Amino acid sequence: MSQIAPREAFPEHRARTDVPFFLLMGLIGAFYVGCILLMLLADLAYTSPGEFLGAFAKPEIRYSLRLTMVSCTMSAILSLVFAIPIGYLMSRYRFRGRNLVDAILDIPIVLPPLVIGLSLLILFQYVPARFTAFREAIVYQVPAVVIAQFMVACAFAVRTMRATFDQIDSRREQVALTLGCSRSQAFGLVVLPEAWRGIVTSGTLAWARALGEFGPLLIFAGATRRKTEVLSTTVFLELSIGNLEAAVAVSLIMVASAVIVLIVARTWGTRALDP
Amino acid sequence: MIRVSELSLRSGNFYLERVSFEVATGQYGVLMGRTGSGKTTLLESIAGLKPVAAGRIELGGRDVTRSKPAERNLGYVPQDGALFTTMSVSDHLAFALEIRRISRAEIERRVLELAEWLEIEHLLDRSIRGLSGGEKQRVAIGRAISFRPGTLLLDEPLSALDDVTRAHMYVVLERVRKLTGATILHVTHNASEAASLADRLFRIEDGQVVEHPLPDLDRVHSNTDSHAGGTPGSKLH
Repeated sequence: MSQIAPREAFPEHRARTDVPFFLLMGLIGAFYVGCILLMLLADLAYTSPGEFLGAFAKPEIRYSLRLTMVSCTMSAILSLVFAIPIGYLMSRYRFRGRNLVDAILDIPIVLPPLVIGLSLLILFQYVPARFTAFREAIVYQVPAVVIAQFMVACAFAVRTMRATFDQIDSRREQVALTLGCSRSQAFGLVVLPEAWRGIVTSGTLAWARALGEFGPLLIFAGATRRKTEVLSTTVFLELSIGNLEAAVAVSLIMVASAVIVLIVARTWGTRALDP
Repeated sequence: MIRVSELSLRSGNFYLERVSFEVATGQYGVLMGRTGSGKTTLLESIAGLKPVAAGRIELGGRDVTRSKPAERNLGYVPQDGALFTTMSVSDHLAFALEIRRISRAEIERRVLELAEWLEIEHLLDRSIRGLSGGEKQRVAIGRAISFRPGTLLLDEPLSALDDVTRAHMYVVLERVRKLTGATILHVTHNASEAASLADRLFRIEDGQVVEHPLPDLDRVHSNTDSHAGGTPGSKLH
């Protein structure tokens, strides 16, 4: 039988200080946050209030602002209409070809924006001759703006909705089924109310994506002043004629609208969570 | 009555092959078995939430093997209660009745009656956030029996409760059984739950459901996995 060694304590252990850890992490984080703020501050410093208001006064820019608000809102709503069912199906059901569908849904996210615009343009080349009027009502017209924004924004909305439904325990729907619900009742009465916050987030994200859309718009909708001009197009047009001040002023309008939408969605979304 | 005949199930890496058992009308059946032995899946197939490979399930004398969950006339309480996070306590009790388009007055009467049975009258207007474990389970049970189903399926309804709350829940469950007259199948791996509640005791052993006589509980207990009985005070509230 072996002798058990007498218990001798190891030398007292002292943990190293955590200060360098938090310092390093904090510095790296602060650097990036600082860069974001500096960018915006530089924009602000470059333009004057007069410049800013002057930009607002131009009828082209007013038109562009109005079209941006309307088209982004339409794209966001349209994105939700598609993202909610797609997100739900992808989250809940395992079916043949699911991985393929999953990959296809990511295409608008990974494809270069210009290629999306070009592909849309080519797609509409295939509209049969009988429906030329249909094509002409869309390509290089306002509907093209919404379609181009929607094609990209929807992919982001789908991702968010899917994550939302993933987080909602499917047990609750199952209980609803045993309580007498049909699938659609379980979805409408139990799942959708619980997904409310995700829907707000998803819609906001889609709206913000639509606001930033430019490449596909340029190709599929064109950049015609007071016709298919949205804020991102305005920045491009002002920049191309060397009017840097106006471009910056419009950029700031975009920043402001994005911030407002984010704030509204955050407060609204949070309140929806705590009734 | 719950009658399962020659039922075969497969799910993941476990199987149940030609399982048969029966709980007579109004009886309280308790089903035990190791973690992963398929207790929950068996309950889910009776509820119509999991497809069966072969065999037959009868509830109240009716073959429901191919029926939708909504048409099986059964109440189901899953393990964590699965309460609806956007609804108040009284919304839960009224939910199944609203689906059935019962009159408003009748629903109100029924909600009060259920709240009294389950001792949750003071919680009716509360959201489910902040309810204790025992309160949540009582709401889940109330929701499941609200529409007077003939069968009640309980999946480890007391597993997350402390010993005092658990002991009180025995009283509540006994009352539910008396007042509803429902046939109950209660899944657990806690032998004291089985001893307190069971009329009939079943255990899943090697892919089969085996009935044990009630005095046999000690032996069942020793066969069940280590966290079966639960050390007092070690359970989460």
